Amino acid sequence: MQYSDKVMDHFHNPRNVGVLQDADGVGEVGNPVCGDMMKITIKVQDDVIADIAFQTLGCGAAIATSSIVTEMARGMTLDEAVSITKIQVAEELGGLPPAKMHCSVLATDGLKAAVDDYLVHDGREPISGGLAHDDPHFDPHAVAEDDACEIPG
Amino acid sequence: MTQDTDNVYLDYAATTPVDPRVLEAMTPYFTEHFGNPNSLYAAGRQAYSALEEARERVAAAIGATHPNEIIFTGGGTESDNAAILGISARAKAGRRHVIVSAFEHHAILEPARLLGKRGFEVTYLKPSADGRIEPDALGSALRDDTALVSIMHANNEIGTVQPIAELSALAHERGALFHTDAAQSLGKTAFDVEDLGVDAASFSGHKIYAPKGVGVLYLRRHTSFEPLLTGGGQEFKKRSGTQNVPGAVGFARALEIMIEEFPTEVPRLTALRDRFVEGIIERIENTDLTADSPERLPNVVSLLVKGVEGESMLLQLDHLGFAVSTGSACSSGSLEPSHVLLAIGCPPEIAHGSLRISLGRFTREADVERFLEVFPPIVERLRSMSPVYEKMYGAGSG
Repeated sequence: MQYSDKVMDHFHNPRNVGVLQDADGVGEVGNPVCGDMMKITIKVQDDVIADIAFQTLGCGAAIATSSIVTEMARGMTLDEAVSITKIQVAEELGGLPPAKMHCSVLATDGLKAAVDDYLVHDGREPISGGLAHDDPHFDPHAVAEDDACEIPG
Repeated sequence: MTQDTDNVYLDYAATTPVDPRVLEAMTPYFTEHFGNPNSLYAAGRQAYSALEEARERVAAAIGATHPNEIIFTGGGTESDNAAILGISARAKAGRRHVIVSAFEHHAILEPARLLGKRGFEVTYLKPSADGRIEPDALGSALRDDTALVSIMHANNEIGTVQPIAELSALAHERGALFHTDAAQSLGKTAFDVEDLGVDAASFSGHKIYAPKGVGVLYLRRHTSFEPLLTGGGQEFKKRSGTQNVPGAVGFARALEIMIEEFPTEVPRLTALRDRFVEGIIERIENTDLTADSPERLPNVVSLLVKGVEGESMLLQLDHLGFAVSTGSACSSGSLEPSHVLLAIGCPPEIAHGSLRISLGRFTREADVERFLEVFPPIVERLRSMSPVYEKMYGAGSG
């Protein structure tokens, strides 16, 4: 498993780390039991993401995808921001190892949750169409299936 | 010589460099004395003598009664597979039950699972929270139809050493055979097949400064065994294939060095290990020793750094030239955190923050001090980036 140079750059020098004070929207996704968790805070002006910050507990890919998604989303309209796909996140990073693709879902979900949180607080309808993490059948590790590591009963 | 000034290798439990003395012993058997040990002419006889001398030396080093109890293999995984599959295939009539511990290496768990598919019943014995297989637990799991018990001598991730002599005695009382995977323990804690009372044992060359691709299966005489590899009938018909003569010579030399240096090296490594543990726990809050058993390898430090994910620690350390390992799910691309940590009852959210540092022949005190300097800021930085650290572990979290 090899990370691209861009993944390593974003891992070692993550952009927009932190929590925005007086954030307009907050998105929190993931679960420490699964090993990754992300929080995104956004400031919104005229339905455009004016400022954005993240905190992430997770592996190299989780931190790098979080970092890049904040760069991608800054300056986007809310509609554009919730349309960012996990594939776009991975491509922006110069690719991710197959076992790490689910990390980019964490990033896009975190962003969607923050946008929806802003809209709901603004008295409007959410627009993300739901999070992968809210789907009871969502398996963040589905692409990482490796039955050699199954736990004996 | 094996460690340049910028890089500090702290993953000797994963693999070791070949010791130059081992390489020197091996070299003639690649080039000058390249004969096939099964050939009758002079070059073959020369290779044969070297192979058999290596076998005798390994037998003597582990207390085996006969050299032909030593079977050279292609490595630890092959030895493990051959032991589990080969012994159970010739189990006494009516014995269709096998016991392995739940924190064995996958080289044991996978063949055990295969046995399950072939009609054996397999019991996965749970270790205690301090990383030990308690004799009482084995006692309750043993049955009249138990064919084979396999418990590792020392765990590869957490370094705890198992009471093999007691465990093998219990197995024998019930007429079962006993195998131990000693890949991690050989040369680091006393190993004698008679003292431990084992019928079979697996060893790996590249954990003791011999090369990768050579291992040993100890198989007590008169133990019924079906070979994994058949063909030309080499290794007493227990492992066909032209023998890796330089590998066997290297293994024997490597093991002798381990034993020669044992009296000075074990205390040296133990002191370095304890310095690591104390230094890290002292400098980094919310950090624990993984399994608090006093019976542990002198060279393995296994820690749980709470609120940090293991792969991110590993990558940060790698960036600064330190090679370590982790049982975090994310490091292996697998579904779960380490099965070893889960088996000892470590909750997944904590297992994700596991760190294994393993020391060896070329580790120096300066390496420990450098590590202790660079590691705390890494943990601090990663924790500061976490959305939950303060909530879960910070001051006032209870």
